[in-house]
Amino acid sequence: MRTLIKNAKVLIGNKTEAGIDLLIENGLLASMGKNIVTEADEMIDATNHYVLPGLVDAHCHLRDPGYEYKEDIESGTRSAAKGGFTSIACMPNTNPPTDNAAVVRYIKEKACQKGVVNVYPIGAITKGLEGNELSEMGTMKEAGIVAVSDDGRPVMNSDVMKKALIYAGQFGLTVISHCEDINLADGGSMNEGVISAIMGLRGIPSVSEDVMVSREIILSEYTKVPVHIAHVSTKTSVELIRQAKRRGVKVTAETCPHYFTLTEKACLGYDTNAKMNPPLRTEEDLRAVIEGLKDGTIDIIATDHAPHHIDEKNVEFEKAANGIVGFETALALGYSYLVEQGHLTLSGLIRKMTVNPARMLKIDKGTLECGKAADLIIVDFDNEYKIDVSKFASKSKNSPFDGFMVKGRVMTTMVNGKIVYQYQR
Amino acid sequence: MRLASKDLLGLADIEADEITLILDTARDMKRIVTGSMKRVNYLQGKSVVSLFYENSTRTRVSFELAAKYMGAHAVNVSVSTSSVAKGETLIDTGKTLEAMGTDIIVIRHSQAGAPHLLAKNVRSAIINAGDGMHEHPTQALLDMMTMREAFGTLKGLKVAIIGDISHSRVARSNIIGLLKMGSQVNLYAPSTLMPIGIDQMGAKICPTIEDAVENCDVIMGLRVQLERQKKALFPSTSEYSRFFGLNPDNIKRAKKDVLFMHPGPVNRGIEMTSSLIDADKSVINMQVTNGVAVRMALLYLLTGREEA
Repeated sequence: MRTLIKNAKVLIGNKTEAGIDLLIENGLLASMGKNIVTEADEMIDATNHYVLPGLVDAHCHLRDPGYEYKEDIESGTRSAAKGGFTSIACMPNTNPPTDNAAVVRYIKEKACQKGVVNVYPIGAITKGLEGNELSEMGTMKEAGIVAVSDDGRPVMNSDVMKKALIYAGQFGLTVISHCEDINLADGGSMNEGVISAIMGLRGIPSVSEDVMVSREIILSEYTKVPVHIAHVSTKTSVELIRQAKRRGVKVTAETCPHYFTLTEKACLGYDTNAKMNPPLRTEEDLRAVIEGLKDGTIDIIATDHAPHHIDEKNVEFEKAANGIVGFETALALGYSYLVEQGHLTLSGLIRKMTVNPARMLKIDKGTLECGKAADLIIVDFDNEYKIDVSKFASKSKNSPFDGFMVKGRVMTTMVNGKIVYQYQR
Repeated sequence: MRLASKDLLGLADIEADEITLILDTARDMKRIVTGSMKRVNYLQGKSVVSLFYENSTRTRVSFELAAKYMGAHAVNVSVSTSSVAKGETLIDTGKTLEAMGTDIIVIRHSQAGAPHLLAKNVRSAIINAGDGMHEHPTQALLDMMTMREAFGTLKGLKVAIIGDISHSRVARSNIIGLLKMGSQVNLYAPSTLMPIGIDQMGAKICPTIEDAVENCDVIMGLRVQLERQKKALFPSTSEYSRFFGLNPDNIKRAKKDVLFMHPGPVNRGIEMTSSLIDADKSVINMQVTNGVAVRMALLYLLTGREEA
């Protein structure tokens, strides 16, 4: 099977090169250059479109096993493919939790059978995500995990976190920390500030994140083991990570599209689609997150794809589940709010959604290189459209971006040279 | 003139002229409450259901009497005896009541925004009788009615609200309503019970209780929930009353004819001394009477929307 993509734009370093052809053979990218003349089983005209490496998501929730009414591996990977993601790392807060090799094998096998993109499970740091005993990281690594995290819950006990870093480090697994001091968060349901005061909702102060980011940096520096900070949302966290990187601490960080596009004001009217954890913050935090993306403090843009059933969102605000559907809006939001606004170059954005997460997860993905798997996407960045949640491939529709005008449409997604998503006009 | 919305969810959602309309209507209704023949037929053939997810005596009884004085069918649903205890969702409960022909649902709920959720999902008119720490609009309306009776206007009044601002929906509704009507609002609380950002609503946070009450026309005490101690918000009731309670000494800088108000129920001697609660200038019982009048006015205005 040979596929020839004709006349595409590609990114070489920071530059765009037009008129590039890409030949895909037996699932691999065979050659790339101007005027490739050869016979092919399939020809794709990519005039005016970019061909980019398939996106890599370092942080998503596929809800399988246990919460298949929200999402499963099939619908989740289709949603990823629609958003341009070809490799995704899924968090372990499943039911049962992904804290043992059997669940890891289940996810890997189901992803092979039903999934359409590459799925990399993340194992739990602690058994049952309870923050007490270390999970079997070594055994899970053999079964296929790429990192460990108790995402959704912090490891509150600092001694457990220190030991987790050391132990995970021995197996070459990065610890991804959900930074939240549960005591400071105090049962809150949105950012603490003027909006929570007006709405009469208990607030989650920004310091509940900052205190834990600070702790992880200190522990990483002490143990000399890398740590990755999930979903950075506050100004102080950005600054703490910036300073730590400057003095050589092995810390990496991610943020999500909602933290550079929305503020706490999105919660007004008790809109549960704007409820997430960490919560949407202030304008000042949003600007600091963008600054962090610009100067490289924040390495990665992840989706934190967190599908929920309508019955878990169409309830009282404090009762509503945290999180939003992320795959299908991430690239367009990144392009519209960061590239078009002049904060990042296109290649800067794409690096944060491809090679940087791949490097953190230690997977050989995220680049367009001859001889490697043809995981790639064809994108029309001139295509402007209104986000419509009813068209999501995800089982769930919980997104605060419904109706937003954005630019950047994924036309084709290819995994191992096979088309797994094709935009239908 | 009529109310713009089918619901009363909070004072944040209505305009100053609507507040004036409610207070003017309540002034007329008060004649019925204080008269000997407490029966008019303004709500004849209408049904009012009170759906209370939190305990309440005065607000529930106040709404029930308001509905009954005007001839409505009034029913109370309390959580322990209803299917709510069986896990039915708020929306489903609301739709069930709507299907039974309920014109107005009066809801009290421990979660902020619950009335808003209900209003979005049912056609019946929704009145917020207190949602979490968010708003308690009928309490603020009765407070404003009481102040307007005493001073003739709300414009230019100085009102001090003292106590647990953080957890108080009464404080929030009063801040919003009074500012809309041109009053000034001073706040004082233990700093652990003063929500971050509340000053951006337009009220003034004062450094001492004496500063807060200076030149005030009204001093409103708020109930302190004794269980807040367990969450490290204040150390003890005796320390609370000593530093944050209202007493004859620390209110000396208020105006001479200052009114004492409290939404009740009062912890005597903790947030306010008995000498203030029972003083001539205390209008705490008048607040309760006006509560019935304000609720009659609202029920009247909300059921009369189509005909108006």
